Amino acid sequence: MSWIGRALPRLEDPSLLKGLGNYVSDHARGAMHAAFVRSTVAAGDILGIERPDEGLVFTGADLDGVGRITAVLHRPDYRAVGQPLLPVDRVVFPGQAVAVVVAADAAAAEDLAEQVFLDIEPVDPILDFDAALAPGARAVHPEAPENVLVEGRMETPGFAEAMAAAHAVVELDLRSGRQSAMPMEPRGGVASYDAATGRVTLVASVQMPHMLRTGIADVLGIPEADLRVVAPDVGGAFGQKMSLFPEYAVLVWLARRLRTRVAWIEDRRENFLASAHSRDQAFTVRGAFAADGELLALEADLRSNVGAYSCYPVTCGVEPLMAFGELPGPYRFAQYKARSRGVTTNTCMMAPYRGVARPMLTFTMERLMEKAALQLGLDAIDVRRRNLITSFPHRSPTGVVYDEGSYLEAMEAAVAHVDIPAFRARQARARGEGRHLGLGVSVFSERTGYGTPVFAQRMMGIVPGYETVDLAMDPSGNVEIRIGASPHGQGLKTSLAQIVSDEIGVTPDKVRVISGDTDATPYGWGTFASRSIVISGGATKLAAEATATKLRKIAAMLMEADEASVTLADGFARVPGTNKAMPIAELARAAYHQSRQLGMPAGIRETGFYDPAGTFSNACHICEVEVDIETGGVRITRFVVVEDAGVVINPMIVDGQIAGGVAQGIGNALLEELIYDEDGNLLTTSLADYLPPTAVEVPDLEIIHMVTISPESITKAKGVGEGGTIGAPAAVINAVADALAPFGVEMNVMPATPERIRAALRNAKVAADA
Amino acid sequence: MPDKIAITLEVNGKAYPVTVEPRRTLADVLREDCGLTGTHLGCEHGVCGACTVLADGRPVRACLMFGVQAEGKAIRTVEGLADGDELHPLQQAFWENHGLQCGFCTPGFLMLAAGALGENPDMDDEDIRDVLSSNLCRCTGYQNIVKAVRIAAAEMRARRA
Repeated sequence: MSWIGRALPRLEDPSLLKGLGNYVSDHARGAMHAAFVRSTVAAGDILGIERPDEGLVFTGADLDGVGRITAVLHRPDYRAVGQPLLPVDRVVFPGQAVAVVVAADAAAAEDLAEQVFLDIEPVDPILDFDAALAPGARAVHPEAPENVLVEGRMETPGFAEAMAAAHAVVELDLRSGRQSAMPMEPRGGVASYDAATGRVTLVASVQMPHMLRTGIADVLGIPEADLRVVAPDVGGAFGQKMSLFPEYAVLVWLARRLRTRVAWIEDRRENFLASAHSRDQAFTVRGAFAADGELLALEADLRSNVGAYSCYPVTCGVEPLMAFGELPGPYRFAQYKARSRGVTTNTCMMAPYRGVARPMLTFTMERLMEKAALQLGLDAIDVRRRNLITSFPHRSPTGVVYDEGSYLEAMEAAVAHVDIPAFRARQARARGEGRHLGLGVSVFSERTGYGTPVFAQRMMGIVPGYETVDLAMDPSGNVEIRIGASPHGQGLKTSLAQIVSDEIGVTPDKVRVISGDTDATPYGWGTFASRSIVISGGATKLAAEATATKLRKIAAMLMEADEASVTLADGFARVPGTNKAMPIAELARAAYHQSRQLGMPAGIRETGFYDPAGTFSNACHICEVEVDIETGGVRITRFVVVEDAGVVINPMIVDGQIAGGVAQGIGNALLEELIYDEDGNLLTTSLADYLPPTAVEVPDLEIIHMVTISPESITKAKGVGEGGTIGAPAAVINAVADALAPFGVEMNVMPATPERIRAALRNAKVAADA
Repeated sequence: MPDKIAITLEVNGKAYPVTVEPRRTLADVLREDCGLTGTHLGCEHGVCGACTVLADGRPVRACLMFGVQAEGKAIRTVEGLADGDELHPLQQAFWENHGLQCGFCTPGFLMLAAGALGENPDMDDEDIRDVLSSNLCRCTGYQNIVKAVRIAAAEMRARRA
C-alpha cells in the first residue's frame, strides 16, 4: 500500500508537543545579549550618538570594512539602494537600528540600550506612495530621485483597439492596507564564536539558511567557510524570515569582535517596527468587456509601497513585478497594458508575505468580475465561466505559461456544493428580517514550485530555485536525507519521508530528514513560495529512485533473481511469484560490508537534483457572511474551498496548509492593518492593536479536493502553501459587498474593518439622501 | 541592578530553588532559571498566550506574572503534561488531528485547554472556541485545535467514567 495519500500523523510533532522543541531562544541561555537602539523618528539626519560611560556600545562607525546589504535586479528600471547594517549619516524608517549594545543578559542589555541617546534631526517623512510620487517630492534615497525603485511597463499590440471595441469599460480603484506576516515567534539569532576554528555558528529563526550565510559573508567580507548558519525549529515565518536583516550580520560581527556568544531575541514591538511588512498596494484597473461578459482587455496602474529598502535576496521587485506579471490570474483575455511601480518611502521594508501580490491581484480580478456583472446585467458566475482558462498550456498576455489546471471545474464544484439558489432564498428571507447575508466567490491560480527558469526571467542578481537532496541508507537500513529546503511548520519532513517510503520500501519512521544546517545540508534555497513539496519533493524522489535501483540490483544478486522483478515494500525486497524475500536492512548491510563480493561501489548514497519551471495550483473559495450594519462587524458563517493541488502526499498536512492560509486571508480581509500616523509613528506595535484572527473569527472549512495531474511536477504534487491566503480576502470581501448590495456600497479596501464598513454605509446614506 | 531574591518554585511537582530579580517574569524564570524552555514567549504583553502555564490549576500568562509571585503556587508547564513517555490525551489528540504546525503556540494552547477542561470537563464546541480564543495561532486556522480539544475532552471524560 502506498504511503503517499495517507494522513500520516507528523513525525515532527512528539517533541513539539512535549515542550522539547528547539527554537532559537532556547539557544540563548547563558549567552551575552545584544539589544538594538532604534530610531524613534521615521526620517532624519544623525547628528550624534551619546554613549554611556560604561558598557559595550557599537555604532556604524565601529563597523570597519563592512559593506551594505544590496539586493540586485538586472533591470534598467531598477535602482539598487544599499542598506547599511547601522547607518552613520541618516535614518530612513522608524525603528531602524542605529546602535547595538551587548550585556550579560537580555534585561541588562535593554537597560544599557536605554542609556544610549540618538541625536537625530527629523525631516518630514514620506509615508505613502501618493506623497512619494507627488511632483517635487523629497527623495527618500539619492539613488532614486523619483522614489521609484523598480518599474515594469508593457502594452500588447492590440490593446488600444480592444479597448475601443469594448461594450463597457469597468473601472476599479482598490487598496490593500499594510500587513504583517506576524509569525508567532519573532526574529532572533544566537551567534557563537569558536576559538578553536575561528568560525561563527549563527543559530537563527530563518527560512533560507544558505542564503543567509552567503549574504552575511558578503557583507562582512569573510569566506562562507567561516560561517555556519543553523535554522532550528522555527516558530512560523510566512515569508517574513526569508530576507537578510542587518541584525543578523551585526550579531555575527559582534561574535567575531568579542570572541563570544551573543544572542538577540527581538520582542513583538521590534517585530512590528523593523522586520518586514507587506501588501501596501493600490491597484487601479480598467477592464474592457464585451456585452456577453467576455473580458477583452485590461489596463492596470499598480503601485506598491516597498518601504525604505529593497529586501535581500529577492528584492523589492517581488510584489510589484509579480502583480504586473500575474494580474491576469486565471482569466483568458489577450490584451493588457500595465504599469507597476515599487515606490520607496520612510516606512519599514516590504518583503514577501504568504501570497505575495496575489491576494491583492485576486481581490482585483474578483472584484472586477463582480462589478462587470453588475454593470452588464449578467450573473457574476456566468462572467467567470465566460473568461476562465480551459485549455492548457495557456499563455497569458504577460508570457506566463499555465500548466494543466481545473479553474472552471473547481468553480463549478464549489458552486454546486454551496447551492447558490438556496443561499439566495435564505438571503432574501434574512433581508426581510433586517439581517444582511452575503456570498462571495474567488477563483484564482497559485504559481508554485518554480525554479531557476522562472526566477532567471525576473533578472534577479541572485537566482534561486533548484534543490538538491542527498540520501544515504546506513548499514542498518535506516535512511537519512539531507535537504536544502528549510521547513518551519509545513510538515515537510513527514511528506518527504512518505515519498521516500514509497520508492524504497521502508516505513516513514525509518527516514530521518536533516534540514536547516549549512554544515550538514547541500546548498539550497530554503522554504518559501510554495516550492518545497514540488522541488525538494522532486529531488527526494529522484534520489530515492536511484537508491531503489541500487537496492534492487543488490537484491537481484543476492536472491539470484531478475532485477526488474524485485519489489521493495514493507521493509522487504521480494520476488513476486516466489518465496524469495530479504529484509532491506540486509541489502544495506551487504552494500557496505560485502561490496567486493557484489562488485559494486560500496555503500548507499544517492543525490537528487530538481529545478523545474513550476506548476500552477488552482482553487475556488466561496464564503458566506452576515454583516451587522449597526456595528460593521462581519461574521463568517461558511467557507468552502475547492482546491486542486495535484496529487496530495499527506491530506492532513495539505488541509492544514489550506486552513492556515485561509485564516490569514480572513485576517487580511477583515482585521489586520499596520498603521503609521502622519509623523511616521507606527501605531500598531502590539497584538492589542494589530489583530490577527482568533478561534472565534475563523470558521470550520469545508474542503473539497480535485486532482489534475501536471507533467511539470515529477511527484505529481503541486504546491499548496499560499493558496488559502491568496483567495480568501477576495471571497470574504465579495461576500461583504454582496451583503451590502442593497445599500449601493462598494467594498474596495482591505481590510474591510468595521470602521470602513460603517463609513461606507454612512457615505452611501449621505449620497442617497442628497 | 535590583537585588536578587531567593525563592523556591514548585514546577511540575519538583522544587526549583532559584535566585532571581524581582522584575523577572515567571516566563523568564521558567525558561532561564529552571531550564524549562517549553514555555514560549510570543508577545510579552499578555495577548498571544504562548506562555500560558497553570498556577494552582488555573491558566495564567507567565509573561504577566513575576517569578516571585509564583512562589507557593503549584506551577504546571507543558513539560509536566505527559506521564513519562505516555502523552497526555490533549497531546495525543493534537498529534492525531494535526492541531499544530510550527509548534510555537502549542504549549500555550495545551496548557490553556488543560486548565479549562480542569475547570469544566463538559465544554461544548462553542465553549471550546470561546476559551481557545484567548490564545493566538498563526499556522493552523484553529479548526484542528478545536477538534483536538473536543476529542481529548471526550477521552478524558471516558477515562474518568
